[in-house]
Amino acid sequence: MSGKESGYLDMELLRFTTAGSVDDGKSTLIGRLLYDSKAIFEDQMEAIERASERSGHEDVNLALLTDGLRSEREQGITIDVAYRYFATPKRKFIIADTPGHIQYTRNMVTGASTANVALILVDARHGVLEQTLRHAFIASLLQIPHVIFCINKMDLVEYSQERYEQIKADIDAVSSKLSVKDIRFVPISALNGDNVVDRSEPMSWYDGPTLMYLLENIHISSDINHEDFRFPVQYVIRPQSAEWPDYRGYAGRVSSGDIKLGDEVTVLPSGFASKVKSIDMMNESMEVGFAPQSVSITLEDDIDISRGDMIVKTNNGRAPQNSQDIELMICWFNERALVPRGKYVIRHTSSDARCMITEVKYKMNINTLEKNEEDKSVGMNDIARVKLRSTKPLFFDSYNRNRFTGSVILVDEGTNETVAAGMII
Amino acid sequence: MDKYRINHLKELEAESIFVIREVAAQFENPVMLFSGGKDSIVMFHLARKAFWPAKVPFPLMHIDTGHNFPEAIEYRDRTMEETGTKCIVALVQDSINEGRVVEEKGVNASRNKLQTTTLLDAIESRKFDAAMGGGRRDEEKARAKERFFSHRDEFGQWDPKNQRPELWNIFNGRKNMGEHFRVFPISNWTEMDVWQYIYMEQIDLPSLYFTHKREVFNRDGVWLAKLPFMQLKDTEEVKELDVRCRTIGDVTCTGLTLSTANSLEDIIHEVASTRTTERGGRADDKRSESAMEDRKREGYF
Ligand SMILES: Nc1nc2c(ncn2[C@@H]2O[C@H](COP(=O)(O)OP(=O)(O)O)[C@@H](O)[C@H]2O)c(=O)[nH]1
Ligand SMILES: [Mg+2]
Repeated sequence: MSGKESGYLDMELLRFTTAGSVDDGKSTLIGRLLYDSKAIFEDQMEAIERASERSGHEDVNLALLTDGLRSEREQGITIDVAYRYFATPKRKFIIADTPGHIQYTRNMVTGASTANVALILVDARHGVLEQTLRHAFIASLLQIPHVIFCINKMDLVEYSQERYEQIKADIDAVSSKLSVKDIRFVPISALNGDNVVDRSEPMSWYDGPTLMYLLENIHISSDINHEDFRFPVQYVIRPQSAEWPDYRGYAGRVSSGDIKLGDEVTVLPSGFASKVKSIDMMNESMEVGFAPQSVSITLEDDIDISRGDMIVKTNNGRAPQNSQDIELMICWFNERALVPRGKYVIRHTSSDARCMITEVKYKMNINTLEKNEEDKSVGMNDIARVKLRSTKPLFFDSYNRNRFTGSVILVDEGTNETVAAGMII
Repeated sequence: MDKYRINHLKELEAESIFVIREVAAQFENPVMLFSGGKDSIVMFHLARKAFWPAKVPFPLMHIDTGHNFPEAIEYRDRTMEETGTKCIVALVQDSINEGRVVEEKGVNASRNKLQTTTLLDAIESRKFDAAMGGGRRDEEKARAKERFFSHRDEFGQWDPKNQRPELWNIFNGRKNMGEHFRVFPISNWTEMDVWQYIYMEQIDLPSLYFTHKREVFNRDGVWLAKLPFMQLKDTEEVKELDVRCRTIGDVTCTGLTLSTANSLEDIIHEVASTRTTERGGRADDKRSESAMEDRKREGYF
């Protein structure tokens, strides 16, 4: 196959999340991206037109495209995380569209967990508000590598360059408090499409890239940690068939780094050492496996390895930390508040343990970024720094270094609900 | 570090395989739903890759409305035979005979909705604790909010407002007795991704996906196949046209596309230039604005 399709087979995957407060134009922007990249189909468009008429909108309301559930359409707001897809010849995009209001902090955290890029919308008329800071903080907490501030509704401020520069300076001032690696700004009108896919005529003073250009070209391959090989064993493959009597493959997804045939490896927690005999993906036998591939690894020696163990390189610099006492930032997800000294199930990579929250160090005021060391009650949507002790040692990296071996969830033993997400410090 | 880069299909593949292995690891008695449609064919292909060189460690299950394209059934049986996989067939006709459901009447009668009962009954009686399905979030707006691991209460119902958060690649499949999970390993794939992947992996498909001459009739703008169990209105005229399926499901609600595409390349071109979603051909979704959400709440796929 040639031309277009072979080009399509070479696309890269980029995940981004969108944050903004109610009415900042998030849904309109996503609708615009989908519409201009031709990801909206005729029948979807007709359904939107029908729904727009019914809810009394005069123009076609592109926001209806993303607001999927019935209760959202009725209330006119986004309440959960919705996933959207579109592609250009360069990249396939996965959008996690999340609501921006403080009561949906947990949804934003969820959408942010896997994102390469965060789009944060700012209404040009209102400038930097409390919530802008909150959204930037969440992006930084979840270590989204790239943040793009979209200064929206420029049409309502006469496309003023001065206004744009002012907002940009305000954001620069606050973002110095955060740890975001790459920050960009684009002045847009989501409604009219200025600087979204096509360059804006009224904003000819802006000579930076359009939003779509950024999304298509931002360098994301170094978003993954390429240094520390981490391979949490997910499942052990043992065919025990006539053809494969002795095959023992450790199946999993490479969290970070890479591994080659013959590399010396150590299995945690046992500490046994061996060498990589094969790296398999069905009929494909590979020389090297790397993040984020799912593979099956066989070793030279017969050692007892099961789900929850982690394979790392023996002589590869940094070993994971090993401890039962962990300090982390958590976002609380559940209506039932955190119980001090309460017991929860902690899941870290493919391993489960029980744990007790031994201390709440402080709660974060995510509107002001101040630490609250007085009121330590942690309820739904709160972000706090805590210490916990698990019943067995975990092998982890700090979240800043590794999003996959540095993250955990806490599960309520009674209800089985996921009550918190944690980023290890 | 650009040498260690994979394309979007390989990344989607890696994610889906991770999810399928997670199901095998976290559940005692999982099952994979198989309809003979391209999504379930891709999902099954991924499952084979996930456990190679071992066999897929769970059975497949086909919820069979009895209103099938014969080619789809032939494909199912051949694939199971070739790969040595067990496929349970749960018949909607049995649910009708047992009085669990009542057959719809009239020309627009469809067994599509009845499948839900057959599915839930099969899950309960066989004590499956996880059922994997080939649903994709890009298919329909209610699906766009679906999790990979979707919790169902003891009545098999979905509560879209009370879904478990899903972060990074940590999936929480813990549950109480009698509850189960629906798992959607190819959640993040689009129709185009599915076709490109089939092309990349050269996956064998039922002949229905390629152009063929068939007796069809038009109802409400949708081309439907004339098969023995289809009731025609007097005004509906049967024609023989070049058509192919864009999705394969129950014949009564599977719209056919007028097409002369007879290779995967042709199909990819066609998908790239088509301006309606594949579900646009499905009569069941046209019933109302939130038809899909309502069916999903009750326990539909
Ligand atoms: N004038 C103008 N209005 C906009 C723009 N973007 C969004 N809006 C309007 O702002 C309102 C809220 O937009 P919506 O996309 O629903 O915001 P959301 O709550 O962030 O999803 C709607 O009436 C939009 O038409 C813009 O760039 N210019
Ligand atoms: Mg919205």
